[in-house]
Amino acid sequence: MATPQVLAPRTPRKARSNFEQNSWLFMRFSGVLLVVLVLGHLFINLMRGEGIHAIDFAFVAGKWTNPFWQTWDLMMLWLAELHGVNGLRTIINDYAERDTTRFWLKSLLYLSAVFVLVLGTLVIFTFDPCLDPASTLDVCQK
Amino acid sequence: MDVTLKIRRYNPEVSEDVRWEEHTVSMQPTDKVLDALHKVKWEIDGSLTFRRSCAHGVCGSDAMRINGRNRLACKTLVKDVNPDQPVSIEPIKGLPVLKDLVVDMEPFFDAYRSMLPFLVTTGNEPTRERLQSQQDRDRFDDTTKCILCAACTTSCPVYWTDGQYFGPQAIVGAHRFIFDSRDEGTDQRLEILNDKEGVWRCRTTFNCTEACPRGIEVTKAIQEVKRALIFRR
Repeated sequence: MATPQVLAPRTPRKARSNFEQNSWLFMRFSGVLLVVLVLGHLFINLMRGEGIHAIDFAFVAGKWTNPFWQTWDLMMLWLAELHGVNGLRTIINDYAERDTTRFWLKSLLYLSAVFVLVLGTLVIFTFDPCLDPASTLDVCQK
Repeated sequence: MDVTLKIRRYNPEVSEDVRWEEHTVSMQPTDKVLDALHKVKWEIDGSLTFRRSCAHGVCGSDAMRINGRNRLACKTLVKDVNPDQPVSIEPIKGLPVLKDLVVDMEPFFDAYRSMLPFLVTTGNEPTRERLQSQQDRDRFDDTTKCILCAACTTSCPVYWTDGQYFGPQAIVGAHRFIFDSRDEGTDQRLEILNDKEGVWRCRTTFNCTEACPRGIEVTKAIQEVKRALIFRR
């Protein structure tokens, strides 16, 4: 009788996690996208037309009435924040030697990320240049 | 010519303190740093402790930090390490020092062992050799050169601070089998290297490639494993 073949591996595998791979890939793709988004952002705001002198509350409010710029800025906010947070996360992993230091540094990092993302997203969608009733901006003189 | 060696001494049986000792020995420029160490040990201070076996760059026993760079003492000529200045010699970093230039290699070998560094196959054994084309053999030729001296792993800044990281050598060891057409354990090895402490910890610092006394393109091998993880599974 032939010896029965047992297929490797025989030990139960732990649940597979692709988190590190995905975060590595995210850094590459978000990096490429951010080059386009950030350079485009700088060009539109600082060089086109009157350049930097055109920027005021009204200019920002005008941009954010357009869903295109809302989406652009939203993507820039989320990608840049997550890209930066992920980079800092790896730096903390690399350099924090004690587990407790690592835990607290990362907690602080994630908390700040949530704060920035929530606040930033809120502002992009609810920005109102005329919140102040005494505003002297042209867009508010109606 | 006279060469001054500045050697990091540590002997826990006598004192927990580390001290630097200088010895001046007369050497030929084409002598090896290992010869200078021998001269110190045999003629000046017999208590100096270091590992070496073949003394010709094959066994990988005498990796040490010479003038701040990981090299094999037996492959480094005195004239190439700026002998006008004292030549500093320390144990490799990131592994526990046992005595003088001798470190505990066990954590390093553990990481290597966890890569399953042997041929994994299924089915019955063939009655003849497992044949392979020259092309298939060339695919992993670079990583077969590894002599497990630990020069790469102990030059890696991620390994210095994170002892859990497998380190470059273990990935080189895995690469040698992952890209071997005869091997069937690729999935297991890739799974191990996909771990939190696996290939994704590599920051492509290239210290390992610079340190390798065998000229293995270590960082490239690590990147190839990353690529295999993304495209092969």
